[in-house]
Amino acid sequence: MAYKIISSQCTACSACEPECPNNAIREKDGTFIIKPEKCSECIGYFDEPQCVAVCPVDDTCVIDNSYPRYVAA
Amino acid sequence: MDIQASVASVESSQGKPLDQVLQQIAEHKGCGTSSEGGKASCGSSTAPEDMDPAIWEKVKNHPCYSEEAHHHFARMHVAVAPACNIQCNYCNRKYDCANESRPGVVSEKLTPEQASRKVLAVASTIPQMTVLGIAGPGDPLANPEKTFKTFELVAQTAPDIKLCVSTNGLALPEHVERLSQFNIDHVTITINMVDPEVGQHIYPWIFWKNKRWKGIDAARILHEHQMRGLEMLTERGILCKVNSVMIPGINDKHLVEVNKAVKSRGAFLHNIMPLISAPEHGTVFGLNGQRGPTAQELKALQDSCEGEMNMMRHCRQCRADAVGLLGEDRSSEFSTEKVMEMDIQYDAEGRKAYQEKVEEERQATVLAKQAEMAGLEAEFSDLKVLIAVATKGHGRVNEHFGHAQEFQIYELSTQGSKFVGHRRVDLYCQGGYGEEDTLPTVIRAINDCVAVFVAKIGGCPKDSLKAAGIDPVDKYAHEFIEQSAVKYFKEYLAKVKSGEVVHEVRGDADIRQGAYIAA
Repeated sequence: MAYKIISSQCTACSACEPECPNNAIREKDGTFIIKPEKCSECIGYFDEPQCVAVCPVDDTCVIDNSYPRYVAA
Repeated sequence: MDIQASVASVESSQGKPLDQVLQQIAEHKGCGTSSEGGKASCGSSTAPEDMDPAIWEKVKNHPCYSEEAHHHFARMHVAVAPACNIQCNYCNRKYDCANESRPGVVSEKLTPEQASRKVLAVASTIPQMTVLGIAGPGDPLANPEKTFKTFELVAQTAPDIKLCVSTNGLALPEHVERLSQFNIDHVTITINMVDPEVGQHIYPWIFWKNKRWKGIDAARILHEHQMRGLEMLTERGILCKVNSVMIPGINDKHLVEVNKAVKSRGAFLHNIMPLISAPEHGTVFGLNGQRGPTAQELKALQDSCEGEMNMMRHCRQCRADAVGLLGEDRSSEFSTEKVMEMDIQYDAEGRKAYQEKVEEERQATVLAKQAEMAGLEAEFSDLKVLIAVATKGHGRVNEHFGHAQEFQIYELSTQGSKFVGHRRVDLYCQGGYGEEDTLPTVIRAINDCVAVFVAKIGGCPKDSLKAAGIDPVDKYAHEFIEQSAVKYFKEYLAKVKSGEVVHEVRGDADIRQGAYIAA
């Protein structure tokens, strides 16, 4: 799995973008999106996913169940 | 909490009765009080004797650091810093309304390049605009690259504009060095507590060192960074203003402690602001019914801190993209679209000449007041009254009652006149017709005043004001505010002495929440 951003919730504050250790986040059409193939759920980097920890709106950066769970190499 | 409780808190915190505290304030001759008997004092005079000239140079045309300057000089904010590193219970980043004037609210975000163009456009149109601040809508130091890039661009093209930032302080210690390299003279830190026990009720979390910290740990880290940042700034001679949000029942009594803590660390000015919380803002405090303070509660707290240090009472809690004099907002004239179309000629010499004129005008208002003070000093009276003034700026009574979006409040005594606050009101008049239903709102906002000074007023509101015990005064139209105020007070004292007027203590007044700024 990877994380995804619920675009209707996103305030486009950009706080998540520089925190992502994988450069998986970018702005698109006025909100931010996570590239799932780049997202490692911050496993191996930090104790908690950085986008979730810094996002000012609860339940905006959430697990994307449609994507297979990330497995650390 | 009611007024009595607020007054009681003042008593307990000082360990002496309120009268004594007020007396002490009246006797205080230092910064923050108005000029007494023609004696110059900090932030409110033309030639301050008790202020370091170097500091005076820094504040004399900064509207947010000098009450006097705010009548004459304008500021602007650019919204280049949307990200934040903490969550406050009085802030909700999901809520943005173009017509709202509140910190954290903006109409559009800008890139540093757009922002620097906007600064030039505004500086060319409003020559008395002297200050560029970055105040979010997030935290400028949580967006350091965008913030410093903007400063770099502006410093290159408009070196006469003062740069400042307003921060929550969490990332301050790591950026102090860079701030001082950019020649930033003014930094504002929002400090709502010096005790994490109190802080945990204001800040649900912070993001620091790649981790979300909650509760008391979050408040402790934030507090430590705020204090360290403040100390580092004052060590480098950077002027610090401390903003505190007064939240009744949570930190209202505690702010006296905050005041002492920031003063001892060298803060220059303390700005205690009322909490803005309405359910429709969707903030934690708005939704759980946390109220803001009344006008009297706010003034009592500001008065009790004033003996300690300079207090700012002219803050308009403006938007993160505000443009113009404090209390006016011309941001809609400078949207990115409009700015891109503008033909910008940056005329540094012209700006300087204009600002020198403004400076002359500013000095004239002070001298006029000082001349009027003659005769008042000899009076013995402990009478104090508040008046409301409708003004468009320049220190004059120059606004129509029905057009006023705010009233400035002055306290009058034998010490002279002193600016003690302002009240926002909804537009009472639209298109030349008075709207009956908004008049009670205006009256509630200035209910603690004995008079309202206006340039002009219609017959109908005049009668309603009189019925409410507020004297509508239009005879000082276009005169200097403070000179007129002293003149009025002399007459008032004479009338009380002769028995023509019976002085009565006025009631409390409302602090208006989330007033609309668009006409």
